Amino acid sequence: MRLFWHQLRWEQLVFWRSREAAVFVFLFPLLLFTLLTAVYNGRIYGKPASWALLAGMLGYGAANTAFAGLALLLVARREMGILKRIRATPLPSPTYLVAVLVSTMLVFTLQSVALFLLGRLLKSTPWPTHALSLVLALALGAAAFAGLGLAITGFIRSLEGSSAVVNLIVLPMAFLSGSFGPTRHYPTALRTIGDIFPLKHLLDAINAIYLHGQQLWDQPTAIAVLAGWGAVGLAVAQRTFRWEPREG
Amino acid sequence: MSAITVRNLHKSYGAHEALRGISFELAEGEVFGLLGPNGAGKTTTVEILEGYRARDGGEVEVLGHDPAGSPRGLRERIGVVLQHSQLWANLTVDETHRMFAGYYEHPRDVGEVISLVGLDEKRHARIKTLSGGQKRRLDLGVALVGDPELIFLDEPTTGFDPAARRAAWDMIRSLRSLGKTILLTTHYLDEAEQLADRVAVLREGLIIREGTPAELTGETNETEIRFRENGTERIIHTTEPTRLLHDLTTKAVAEGRELEGLTVRRPTLEDVYLLITAGDEE
Repeated sequence: MRLFWHQLRWEQLVFWRSREAAVFVFLFPLLLFTLLTAVYNGRIYGKPASWALLAGMLGYGAANTAFAGLALLLVARREMGILKRIRATPLPSPTYLVAVLVSTMLVFTLQSVALFLLGRLLKSTPWPTHALSLVLALALGAAAFAGLGLAITGFIRSLEGSSAVVNLIVLPMAFLSGSFGPTRHYPTALRTIGDIFPLKHLLDAINAIYLHGQQLWDQPTAIAVLAGWGAVGLAVAQRTFRWEPREG
Repeated sequence: MSAITVRNLHKSYGAHEALRGISFELAEGEVFGLLGPNGAGKTTTVEILEGYRARDGGEVEVLGHDPAGSPRGLRERIGVVLQHSQLWANLTVDETHRMFAGYYEHPRDVGEVISLVGLDEKRHARIKTLSGGQKRRLDLGVALVGDPELIFLDEPTTGFDPAARRAAWDMIRSLRSLGKTILLTTHYLDEAEQLADRVAVLREGLIIREGTPAELTGETNETEIRFRENGTERIIHTTEPTRLLHDLTTKAVAEGRELEGLTVRRPTLEDVYLLITAGDEE
């Protein structure tokens, strides 16, 4: 336990100290929210556009932080030899990974709070009525994305290409899932593709809770799909996660 | 009591036999050099001892532990300096040491370690501002912060300029005077000769020579004599340097000539190494 707190503290320092990661992971969704609410007016899903965009950014933030951010961080550390070096210390590997995951969740939590504050400030968006449901939905979504983030590291061979690979997944996924605006006018084919992604289901759950006053448990499909993706991610990660760069 | 015991160690990668049954021992407080060309099995050996790789056969004991599965009790007592590795560019030297110190039950004082590796002036500098040599000293500091009894140094001075190498050698000597046991792999023969109490030369997964550097260089008793004669370089290998040198100099003195560029050289470990690793290559 002492080692966990020690590592969590250092993870936070390392994250906030590295400006690029902090800007890309933490600030980017806040920046997008500001831009999108500046151009979209009117109503989405029968609510003011800013409400739906806030919901969309919460989902995008989960994918960006827990999937993209986590994967890039782990690939970078693997390729730098940091993971290998950590393995030679008495710090147990599970403790290390849990500290990295909790640190990522902490960043996402702060980001979500910042989004609500920003929404309140810019567009007077309301606080969620079912806060617990929303927290659980975001936690489930972030956990699923973290599982997938762990899984994809095994498929990224080098540091150079990692950012491209990860963004090639996250940005189209966010677009097709409706993070940047409603998908109902998209062609059926694109919407069908969107339905495959976990982000679409996370957004369904967030929208239902935040915009329509439902609870998380009113969205069993979303829960099942997210849990399924998370489980697949963990199963794949168990087989493909590497602590060392590839030889030669 | 030996720090490391290796008996008949085997390891294959697919059909390739990386280690074909090697045995050696390290006494406590000894500096042992593992030499050999690329692909000879040095890194495989070290990584098995560090607990990174599983062996296929043979017995291995490191500080009384089987390193397979990398038991935590062992990790408390070893320090590992990896060949290619970096640390967080945005942390300072002091912060990096403190992060690693927190992993150990009985770490050394961080300030003391930073002094030992000569980074006092850079203590509060970000790692991205360090030179290549300073980064390698940081690597060593991070490996020492847990106060290990046994230190693995994989190619510790690769890429160093001559001054940085001398400084690193001094540091390794000072570790030895602290009573640390050191397993060193290196390409540089002069390095092994300078630092190691004993060396083993690996080739194609077998130890082909083992002994003190003096024993190994003593194997060939030829001495090399070089000088220039009428502008051409002459190199003579002899087992009777005294008599030959006497003949040469007597003749030269009688003829009133100078033996230009005269050198008499005992074989270095490098000569012996080249001789034995070249062996019967196709």
